[in-house]
Amino acid sequence: MATESKTEKLLQKTGASLPRGEVYLIEDRCKGCGLCIAFCPKHVLVVSDRFNKKGYHPPELVEEEPLNVCINCGFCERICPEFAIFVKEKKKEE
Amino acid sequence: MSIIKAETHPLDDYLRTERLPHVWCPGCGIGTVLGAYLRAMKNVGLDSEKSIMVSGIGCTGRTAGYVRMDSFHTTHGRAIPFAVGLKAARPELNVTVFSGDGDLFAIGGNHIIHAARRNANITVIAINNFTYGMTGGQLAPTTPETGITTTSPYGNVESPFNLAGLIAVAGASYVARWTSLHVRRLEKSLEKALKKRGFSFVEVLSQCPTAYGRRNGMRDPVDTLKYFQKYAVVKNHVNPLEGVIEPNKPFILGEFVDAPEEATFEDKLWELTKSEFLHTSQAERSEWIIEHRRHLEILSRIISGRGEDNEQS
Repeated sequence: MATESKTEKLLQKTGASLPRGEVYLIEDRCKGCGLCIAFCPKHVLVVSDRFNKKGYHPPELVEEEPLNVCINCGFCERICPEFAIFVKEKKKEE
Repeated sequence: MSIIKAETHPLDDYLRTERLPHVWCPGCGIGTVLGAYLRAMKNVGLDSEKSIMVSGIGCTGRTAGYVRMDSFHTTHGRAIPFAVGLKAARPELNVTVFSGDGDLFAIGGNHIIHAARRNANITVIAINNFTYGMTGGQLAPTTPETGITTTSPYGNVESPFNLAGLIAVAGASYVARWTSLHVRRLEKSLEKALKKRGFSFVEVLSQCPTAYGRRNGMRDPVDTLKYFQKYAVVKNHVNPLEGVIEPNKPFILGEFVDAPEEATFEDKLWELTKSEFLHTSQAERSEWIIEHRRHLEILSRIISGRGEDNEQS
């Protein structure tokens, strides 16, 4: 996509890096409503094939370096009605 | 990098985790709004020991059972009178009413307009899902025109209440409307509402995939949120009477009223009764009430005719 290459160029030019997040999930609380999957701005969550204890499909993380990654925006955490998913900032590797 | 399994959630301190997962259907917005409220509480730094959640009957009424603080699940429509009384007796507590549109505006419609008129210092969060969800999706006073419910199978012919407009006109200090999709703005708005002295009211439009969405072409909760995304127009401080919600037309979200602080119902009551109580501060009076609670209970029983002596005679 055009915007992505723009972002890539900008990142290379300025030497900046995207903020990174780690996605945590309490699997057995998930009811598989799909709100986190539908409204993730980076589209890094997908429906998994696994079942949880209640028989729902919890989300799964699919990241593609360097741009299609979790950027720790916290929207999935906020929209999740089940208090199941949350993000934490990923510490930079030194 | 895959998803990391966790055992606890950052909001678990505020939740009765032993009762989770909650009763709400998959994709219901009530959990989202409860999360926003708990985050706002965390951000404002409210003590959960000093906070009370009062709720009525209905799907949203169940929230009182999931928060790790004192809470009360009142009879249908009577969450507001309970909260106003609680705040009048114990003004140091932070009282929130968390209830649905049917409970607050149909069954308890009388109470909420009068609480707004009196400017009682409570926070009211009304989740508007356009229907009576728990009882099977009947026509509610908030169902939009032409909306199909179990009791209006050919479409609703009545015009719905404009909740934010109604409460603004009744004299509330803070009135806002958001949806369960605008979670960040809702969180900021709830922070403001919690800090505000006076009657603060936040209406949250929410999805009900099971009872309302299913009959109106939005079977998936994502569809209702996409609808909100398409038609919501965020405007602050517009005339609340313009905030009418019509199907398939843009509707206004935002802060409608943020009035300067005025004397609240509790303040006026205190001014009137402080000479009777002979206390120097409201906090002292609260302590007195806690100390003499047993006596007050007996006294109120005698006044209302529910005393043990009365039962025997």
